[in-house]
Amino acid sequence: MNIDTILPMLLTVIAAATPLLLASIGELVTEKAGVLNLGVEGMMLAGAVIAFATTVGTGSAALGIVAAMLAGMATALVFGVLTLTLMANQVATGLALTIFGIGLSSLIGSGYIGVPVEKLAHLDIAGLSDLPVIGPLLFGHDVLVYAAVAITFAVAWFLKHTRAGLILRAVGESDLSAHSIGYDVIKVRYMAVLFGGLCSGLAGAYLSLSYTPMWVEGMTAGRGWIALALVAFASWRPWRVLGGAYIFGGVTILQLYLQGSGGIGVPAQVMNMLPYLATIIVLTVISAGPWRGRLDAPACLGKPFRPAS
Amino acid sequence: MAYKIEARRQISTRMLYLTPFIAVAATVAAGFFLFVALGVDPVETLYYFFISPLETKNGLAELGVKAAPLIMIAVGLALGYRANIWNIGAEGQLTMGALCGGAVALAFWEQGGFYILPLMALAGMAGGAAWAAIPAFLKTRFNVNEILTSLMLTYVATLFLAVMVFGPLKDPQGYNFPQSRLFSDSALLPIIWEETRLHLGFVVALAVAVAGWVLLSRSIIGFQIRTLGSAPAAARYAGFDRTRLTWFCLLLTGALAGLAGTFEVAGPVGQLVPNVSPGYGFTAIIVAFLGRLHPLGIIASGFLMALSYLGGENAQITVGLPQAVTGVFQGLLLFFLLASDFLVRYRVRRVKLLLEGV
Repeated sequence: MNIDTILPMLLTVIAAATPLLLASIGELVTEKAGVLNLGVEGMMLAGAVIAFATTVGTGSAALGIVAAMLAGMATALVFGVLTLTLMANQVATGLALTIFGIGLSSLIGSGYIGVPVEKLAHLDIAGLSDLPVIGPLLFGHDVLVYAAVAITFAVAWFLKHTRAGLILRAVGESDLSAHSIGYDVIKVRYMAVLFGGLCSGLAGAYLSLSYTPMWVEGMTAGRGWIALALVAFASWRPWRVLGGAYIFGGVTILQLYLQGSGGIGVPAQVMNMLPYLATIIVLTVISAGPWRGRLDAPACLGKPFRPAS
Repeated sequence: MAYKIEARRQISTRMLYLTPFIAVAATVAAGFFLFVALGVDPVETLYYFFISPLETKNGLAELGVKAAPLIMIAVGLALGYRANIWNIGAEGQLTMGALCGGAVALAFWEQGGFYILPLMALAGMAGGAAWAAIPAFLKTRFNVNEILTSLMLTYVATLFLAVMVFGPLKDPQGYNFPQSRLFSDSALLPIIWEETRLHLGFVVALAVAVAGWVLLSRSIIGFQIRTLGSAPAAARYAGFDRTRLTWFCLLLTGALAGLAGTFEVAGPVGQLVPNVSPGYGFTAIIVAFLGRLHPLGIIASGFLMALSYLGGENAQITVGLPQAVTGVFQGLLLFFLLASDFLVRYRVRRVKLLLEGV
């Protein structure tokens, strides 16, 4: 193997990791505030289809991305109203959001099957993008790839070094204490849920505008669920989410390359199982391994909150 | 005047049974606006969706055909959900059941015998249960979240079925289409209503619901399930074995989903194809909730969700709406149900503000 074969492989790993990173960093913030939103898959699909429809309709990918963020937030808002205001079961509501998202996105998308869209443009940074190897690897991606990494940086910094981040973590660790010292638990959770929706919307936009620039029904193919697993894998730490997303991107691409090389004689579908099997194995290892007990799930994760009035 | 939300001292039983009707009414209302937004005549479309499927013999029979797997799977899921065991991979368990039951049918291809169908049913239940055993093992042994593992296994099962129908189980005379041979007659479920597709599985599904009700309300294990879900601390104090109950709920659901899968391929489908179910395993989750996690309620909600499939097909043929509208209806229904459940646990009261009197 030389650099000419490894480089395109690395580029595809980055592409495969980006939607996972976007969706899981959003879910991480949601879960840090103590809310378990299992509707990531649904929010991603909403983002993907709205991004595509808007881009086709207006000819502007930028508008498509903005619309995807709004679509992700709108679906997250439905989840928020149900679980935070009406205190519905978070697990059931998340499942409902996914079922709804799958249905609504294929309804909206039915007119867009087979419609072409121009792939999201790569940013060209004068001089830097032309450097050998480093150029395409670091400076030759589209805006969402950088956004994913930038959001991860921002979230890591926000959670660790800002007052608002401290409040958010407090709300997730002990909602009653946070409430009793005067923080608005429900409001903080709404913000976190909406941020999760925004990121899932972006993840969807990346899929339909860049990864496979077209609309296919159910095109997230379980990535929303893998993103949920990644948050647990990362023990709710932003940097590990980044690492985890890239490892999973690597697994996805590895199976594609093995299929492409055709030398191993295994049906394509068996190779396609790899990311899902890897998720199960990873979840098992982190639940059973020496890390057990130090998983650091927010203490209030999944529990409804209603202040005693 | 202002409104105040008060927690009820006890959950309101009246509201518990009223909320599914509120949710259905709200869904129909939302459907009205959805159809307006889609540019079709809302009244006409609602008629095609909810009423016209029930006007023919064939429509009624199809209602039973589609309700059967939903009821069967939802009864199992409801037992688990009562105990806070979140199996959401019934679709995968159904797929493995269809595959195992179907493999038996193909193994005995062109042979007659009364034993073939029971053998298929057993294989299907074993296949579904084995698939559910994986999350059960991982949950009880390593404390791995069963939501994620059961769902991941659904994708694996779908791909595995594809491997089989593209490969070893492909029809040798099938012009390379990814499907198996058509099952021979002794591997097909008997029809219980002439000139329709309504098969024996429908009766079995109703029996499963009744058995589930007896199990839940009259047996010790049913009591343990209910206690584990509603009062985990009490269950621990009483020494109920959480591990054993987790295994029980998951294996039972897996076996029922596997049986439903076998009935699909031995009933309406008649062969193995890459997609044996239009998402029955996921829709059954809604059926379970809408039926209030109660086996008899599930019979009613199973019929309603079966109607949503029929209505979707009907609206596709008559008004040209995409089939996906079914999923939107199903999602909306669950949203409205979860939202109106608020009324079960809380009451909204009008209160006079102190300031108003001043």
